[in-house]
Amino acid sequence: MASIEDYASIVGKGAVQELFLLAKKIEGKTIQNINSTAVGGGVAEILTRMIPLVKQLGVDARWDVIKGDERFFVITKKIHNALHGAPVGISEDDFAHFLEMNRTNANEMDLSHDFILVHDPQPIALIEKRRDIGRHWIWRCHIGLSNPDVRIWHFLKNYIEQYDAAVFSAPSFAREVPIKQILIPPSIDPLSNKNQELPEETIHSILERFGIDRSRPIVMQISRFDYLNPIGVIKAYKMARKYVDAQLVLAGEGTPDDPEGPKIMEEVKAEADRDRDILVLLLPPASDLEINALQRASTVILQKSLKEGFGLSVSEALWKAKPVIASAVGGIPLQIKHKYSGILTHTVDGTAYWIKQLISEPSYARELGNNGREHIKNNFLITRHIKDYLLEFLSLLYKGAIVYL
Amino acid sequence: MGQASTEFRFSTKLDQTILLGKKATNVLELLDGIKTVPDSSIYFHTHKFLQQHDYLSPEPPNDFAYWVTNILNEAVLGENLSSMDIIQFHKISDLRNRFIEIIVAYLRCAYRPVAAPPGQEFYFMSSQTFVLQTAHLAHNLAEFKEILKKVSIHSLYYHVFDAYLRMEQEENDFSMWFRRIGETELAAKVRSLDPYMYTLEGLRQEIIRLVDIHGKH
Repeated sequence: MASIEDYASIVGKGAVQELFLLAKKIEGKTIQNINSTAVGGGVAEILTRMIPLVKQLGVDARWDVIKGDERFFVITKKIHNALHGAPVGISEDDFAHFLEMNRTNANEMDLSHDFILVHDPQPIALIEKRRDIGRHWIWRCHIGLSNPDVRIWHFLKNYIEQYDAAVFSAPSFAREVPIKQILIPPSIDPLSNKNQELPEETIHSILERFGIDRSRPIVMQISRFDYLNPIGVIKAYKMARKYVDAQLVLAGEGTPDDPEGPKIMEEVKAEADRDRDILVLLLPPASDLEINALQRASTVILQKSLKEGFGLSVSEALWKAKPVIASAVGGIPLQIKHKYSGILTHTVDGTAYWIKQLISEPSYARELGNNGREHIKNNFLITRHIKDYLLEFLSLLYKGAIVYL
Repeated sequence: MGQASTEFRFSTKLDQTILLGKKATNVLELLDGIKTVPDSSIYFHTHKFLQQHDYLSPEPPNDFAYWVTNILNEAVLGENLSSMDIIQFHKISDLRNRFIEIIVAYLRCAYRPVAAPPGQEFYFMSSQTFVLQTAHLAHNLAEFKEILKKVSIHSLYYHVFDAYLRMEQEENDFSMWFRRIGETELAAKVRSLDPYMYTLEGLRQEIIRLVDIHGKH
């Protein structure tokens, strides 16, 4: 586990000192994070990385997990899908069970801390306890809420409105609620296996293992195959290849729980079988080092999603100073300013045009990549995330646009 | 500032971004937003790029101009909005009024109703700023220069940009202190800098250069 001081070599000593200054301002207060799982999933991953670093700053932060039976987690999975806009059937009985589980947890948990930070919808109704115990309550939404199911949203909104503040990952995820809304984008850890610097030999041996020819330009898309259909990417690549020599690598995890997944995989594989310049790599879980090497070896990285959460794979690619062509969905417009720190496209034709441009103009591609890396360094590393994490508590204690601490 | 006049205490500032729950899909809605959002939002959208893109020179001008130019493809309006000389404004209300004038004039003669593609709407935001004192205290120019070399860009930003527009001071914190310690020529030089023409690192280097040239160490 990295020490908070280790980040000074990347973000500067001054930035790390500022975190210590900030932490001092909430000395004596206790912070409780509550979510629904200790391992697996994005929230657990964030808390696993952040809580030890926050503690190193001297902040009294803890993390608790709610309990639930199988039915509860089936319901919360449905709620999650509904927030992504999927049609789901949730009965009145299901809502009642969801609330009962939340109330049981509220009665059993120690909620005696100064700040209670509730992550995502699963524990959202713990807020009912506020009537009895007070405290400062924040709801942290990690889910992309671009097009939520209206009925589920109204059910949750009832509870969200009882919090002091709601925190969202991207401006487009924010909803109309009468409480303070804070923007805290997620972050990447520059010292993790997925993002740390790699020796050239490691990159070389991983690429060799996958049978990728490094003497030719590599156009790469790394993503879960259930989340986006790469057929459009294949079309764009084929259009660009008429003018530039390049190979396409589509890498990602499988699709265990998505009904559309196998069909998409079949189409992609069929396409790849017909074309020896298209390589499909199904990566097992925890392939962080492999993803790191693939990104570092790429000439151009694509992230052409039809829908997207925050899209942290864009941050990962930019951190490696790669030119990225991406869709303007979810949190991607925060990470890429078109023609400054990457390229945003809307069509297959546009994507093909920019693949061609970036392969033909390596100096412009390099400039985009370098700008992208600086942008990630300033805005999407874990140290910025910790700063925002600490500020959200202070923002409940102090009012006004400028606060002198 | 609560410090002896011969000392300079470096502060720093950290911002929390607030979502205002208001968005624009076209120029008319942008105008409506600019008219109604709080001052802190106008400041946020005209200064965010300076901190977020401090590596770019010239950096994108301001959020309004960037969005109008790159998302709506309204080149003329975008150019008008981006060429505003922000250093001339000492009050956010004046800055807001100038944006309104430019957009209203444009709407009168050249407006075509162009909508942003889905996902690229303009979201109005603002920030809550927390100012903290650092441990760095300069008693003379030599110490000042050494500290300026190592403080974060947020500290530099606070003493130069926030001093002008948000605190509505006539000059930045550095030039004010230089004058107080009798370095009037240096104070005048630093006061007359247009900080919007530099990246933050470039601005840091320029102030250090001026201290080297004009300062009587």
